Amino acid sequence: MSADGVDLKKRRTLTLATSAVGAVGAGFVIYPFLAAWAPSEKAKAAGAPVEADISKLEEGQLMRVKWRGKPVWIVHRTDKNLADLPSLDGGLADPNSDDTGQQPDYCKNPTRAVNDKYLVAVGICTHLGCSPTYRPEVAPEDLGPDWVGGFFCPCHGSRFDLAGRVYAGVPAPKNLEIPPYQYLSDTKILVGADGGSSS
Amino acid sequence: MSMMKNFMTWIDDRYPATKVWNEHLAQYYAPKNFNFWYFMGSLALLVLVIQILTGVWLAMNYKPDAELAFGSVEYIMRDVDWGWLIRYMHSTGASAFFVVIYLHMFRGLMYGSYRKPRELLWIIGVIIYLAMMATAFFGYLLPWGQMSYWGAQVIVNLFSAVPVIGPDLGVWVRGDYVISDATLNRFFALHFLLPFVLAALVFIHIVALHKVGSNNPDGVEIKKGPKGNRWSDKAPADGIPFHPYYTVKDIAGVAGFLFLFAAVVFFAPEMGGYFIEHPNFEPANPLKTPEHIAPVWYFTPFYAILRAVPSIAGSAFPGVVAMFASILIMFFLPWLDRSPVKSIRYKGGLYKAMLWIFVVNFILLGYLGTQPTTDLYKLLAQIGTIYYFAFFLLMPIYSKMDNTKPVPERVTE
Repeated sequence: MSADGVDLKKRRTLTLATSAVGAVGAGFVIYPFLAAWAPSEKAKAAGAPVEADISKLEEGQLMRVKWRGKPVWIVHRTDKNLADLPSLDGGLADPNSDDTGQQPDYCKNPTRAVNDKYLVAVGICTHLGCSPTYRPEVAPEDLGPDWVGGFFCPCHGSRFDLAGRVYAGVPAPKNLEIPPYQYLSDTKILVGADGGSSS
Repeated sequence: MSMMKNFMTWIDDRYPATKVWNEHLAQYYAPKNFNFWYFMGSLALLVLVIQILTGVWLAMNYKPDAELAFGSVEYIMRDVDWGWLIRYMHSTGASAFFVVIYLHMFRGLMYGSYRKPRELLWIIGVIIYLAMMATAFFGYLLPWGQMSYWGAQVIVNLFSAVPVIGPDLGVWVRGDYVISDATLNRFFALHFLLPFVLAALVFIHIVALHKVGSNNPDGVEIKKGPKGNRWSDKAPADGIPFHPYYTVKDIAGVAGFLFLFAAVVFFAPEMGGYFIEHPNFEPANPLKTPEHIAPVWYFTPFYAILRAVPSIAGSAFPGVVAMFASILIMFFLPWLDRSPVKSIRYKGGLYKAMLWIFVVNFILLGYLGTQPTTDLYKLLAQIGTIYYFAFFLLMPIYSKMDNTKPVPERVTE
């Protein structure tokens, strides 16, 4: 009790208790505002799997399908492309796809594919999200004499081979992401779902 | 006359109108030796007003919808009466804002305006600069052109590079797995909100300025000098009332500025692709990246720093850290400068050399940030990045070693 009849200790305790309850309340109010920034139910539904028909995809060609708003490439690799892949291992950052976050387990193989002929990859550079350009030609002037075809990111100069494996010493830190996918038939691929075979 | 006087008395009894007028304008004494560089503060305020005014007018016809946004900007350009003018004023205003602010910041660097007792004034200024960058970034997505889209993609992915929480953070910022309608809509809301935050910060900046008083090209504290001038015996002898002396001077600055501003708005609104980038005349296409992505010129020095840092242990995060650090380091400037003098006028050759190289280096980084990466440019950007940080981090050493000149008692002409 202080001299003029005010219990300062009690007043402090009450102020503290009120502030604490108020802070908890503010915390509860903030939550919906933060949570409202998460993808809406509609956006989540739009992330559903998509089908791609590869029957008309010629050797050496690339087609794009849109999955979750991202470009997914399907490349019909030539025999030469496949033969070239192992020879590149020395210059790559992760030739054996050891980073398990970048592909489903069933694509952790030398060609990073279910069926060697077809590469299915998310066409977004792992550096800062640009979409690299498909550069299948051999030894073009701008990419140098050692180029055997692959992907070149125009934004920051990252390079990937035709299995989406990143070259060492470029800005992109990881191999291109391989989405989950499965073959519905010989000429149909379902991108975004693998029937639970693994992920 | 007496009616006017009675009216003001009535007002002043209820609101401190005359008091505020006197304290901040008519009897606010600023150093008498302001030069060209002291136009920039008032010009920045002018550009903020231009941006808010034109921005609100644009919002009357703009549609923050991924399907409609690009078309609505073209609609403003072609069909809305004078819409082209309002839009070009806004797009030119964005660049003008950064031109003026960079000159304003350089003024601070030259004359040591961040030194004691103006540390907080400088810090508030850096916060304003950050808020400006955020505003500009949100605004750049709105036209929904190719560069809008892919520029935002690159910048939002900076957040995704944060270890552990990064990918979720990126999705949270976008409200989707990619930049989409949800992102556009929220960026529009934020772009509308932030200028008002900016206005409030500018108010706080001016409150802080008027507490400590303006610095000047000599870096002499007029408040510590002799007292007594033509208007008051208590005011600093080297001070003159802000109004009418500097209001009139600033109006001359405004006239000069608007002359240049109008020339750009009417004759070179795209500024050869630097103010409005060419790929932005194509609607956003999530499946096709433009050949070359570069942010608008005012971000490019920091973008060059981002690209200069190689990824370490499979993560692009170090580059992101370097980029943010390059801005945040400015907060510490008041404590990095250990020179006994404030102004460049009395600093020695060492400091002057460091500062001028910093300016050239900043422009070089800005240029490199607009260009595609080659081995040579990457190396240059790395050297530039090292110098950028060395300028700040070595400042405690070289500012102390520097051979300074004696500072006069009073401001010079």
